[in-house]
Amino acid sequence: MKFRGKIWKFGDNIDTDAIIPARYLNTWDPQALAAHCMEDADPLFMKKMRPGDILVGGENFGCGSSREHAPIAIKAAGIACVVAKSFARIFYRNSFNMGLPIFESRELWGLVEDGAEIEIDAGGGVIRIVGGATEPLHIQPVPPFMQELIADGGLMNHIAKGKAK
Amino acid sequence: MSMTITEKILSRHTDLDEVHPGMLINARVDIALGNDITAPIAIDVFRKSGGKEVFDREKIVLVPDHFAPNKDIESAEQCKIMRDFAREHEITHYFEVGEAGVEHALLPEKGIVLPGDLVVGADSHTCTYGALGAFATGVGSTDLAAAMLTGELWFKVPETMKFVYHGKRRPWVSGKDLILHTIGRIGVDGALYRAMEFTGEAIRELTMADRFTMANMAVEAGGKNGIFIPDEVTEAYVRERAERKYEFYSSDPDALYHSVIDIDVEKIEPQVAFPHLPSNARGISEAGDVQIDQSIIGSCTNGRIEDLRVAASILKGRHAAHGFRLIIIPATPAVYRQAMHEGLFDIFLDAGAVISLPTCGPCLGGYMGILAKGERSVATTNRNFVGRMGHPGSEVYLAGPAVAAATAVAGRLAGPEQL
Repeated sequence: MKFRGKIWKFGDNIDTDAIIPARYLNTWDPQALAAHCMEDADPLFMKKMRPGDILVGGENFGCGSSREHAPIAIKAAGIACVVAKSFARIFYRNSFNMGLPIFESRELWGLVEDGAEIEIDAGGGVIRIVGGATEPLHIQPVPPFMQELIADGGLMNHIAKGKAK
Repeated sequence: MSMTITEKILSRHTDLDEVHPGMLINARVDIALGNDITAPIAIDVFRKSGGKEVFDREKIVLVPDHFAPNKDIESAEQCKIMRDFAREHEITHYFEVGEAGVEHALLPEKGIVLPGDLVVGADSHTCTYGALGAFATGVGSTDLAAAMLTGELWFKVPETMKFVYHGKRRPWVSGKDLILHTIGRIGVDGALYRAMEFTGEAIRELTMADRFTMANMAVEAGGKNGIFIPDEVTEAYVRERAERKYEFYSSDPDALYHSVIDIDVEKIEPQVAFPHLPSNARGISEAGDVQIDQSIIGSCTNGRIEDLRVAASILKGRHAAHGFRLIIIPATPAVYRQAMHEGLFDIFLDAGAVISLPTCGPCLGGYMGILAKGERSVATTNRNFVGRMGHPGSEVYLAGPAVAAATAVAGRLAGPEQL
């Protein structure tokens, strides 16, 4: 898996109410949710972003509610992947289960601003800042079980494959 | 080898003799829970994965509580999806409006979750049931779909942080104040991925209601689960409710902990968490002069009868400040009836309050008390993120029922001793 895109940077503790406010949870239609993605963190976000862009967060990204609507909204908005210093655990689980690529890097956040372009080589475990002089940054290794989930295409496919064995 | 209560419960739900932090396990689930926000996605995933039958219709719980009774057409559609699924699969524990209440108050009250259980719920506050000495954690909708289909789910065994509460509580200090203080101390990611085990002599004196409140907010510190060692208080609560066997577990004396945090309860006064994080907690005497427009007393955190009694003891013979909106939300039909029988409704109505039907409603900005731009609410709920209760320019201050009631009377942030 490789990604190349412009980044949008957010701070620490971006909660699921900021990613998709609960007032919009009377639907789970991905496109309807995407229309309000990141609305309470940056009301203009959906006007500014382009499909393929990458979200960069600080500590504890996706804290708060268990709503899977959060990774669904991000994915449906066209965000390619999320890189954060750390992720809240239910958001982390949900992302792998439903197929939103997420990566942990403690260094990236301090080295980039909005509009910077980065390249992620998930297989190689590195992030490069395009045009940046810095050495490639190492992504926290993804545990083998989570890699299996991704390779199988999410939790339900993983379960189906297990049953087929 | 020695284990914590969390490790013991997890291991008993696998075929392993023991488990330790960091291990990935597949564990059997006793109860899998969904609500009108999260279940529709789980049902969709279940069906798209070819799911024909649920693993056990007795072990799935579906509660329309967030935007129910239906707040609009879209919410009605979501509730209908859940209702139809419950009928199709003859789900034992589906609660229709009239029987339904805020899920995390309802399930313990009905004896559906019990000590020693492994509970997953597509709602982050599923951790509430740790108060019973169960392992309970919030998951997403896809996880719920997997649990409904297979009766199992994968878990990474968490490290445990032990919190030891020493001393006696001051007047008006409740479980809510202890947990707000704790989150203020360690931060909203202070227990990320970990179990929070609540112990100490101050904990043993807490009612079940206070324990539910504390376990409820473990997720606000990033915790995977919050847990109490069950004792005679637990036994008295469970005995009259349980319709199946349950088991008490405790941590071994030499169990290994990530860390041990000692908290001197005598130093803690009633707390209030300022916008926009539950960790922005401070003592009510340090709150300053903050004008407030509304008070919400209810939710899975503080909507139990004990909470309403505390509020009523302060509101009795008093009236909410001029122009103040005081909204009381009994969490379940049983709490509603009990409050009515005890005469609390008269006290609330005389104080100028409105009494809502049981619902999560305003806690997550649904309905029944949404805030306009610039408005402020004190709330006995669990989150004060930007836009949580309405307009992104509104503010939520988290507190226990005593501060929420006193604030209603004062019209500004206040504790009972400041009235």
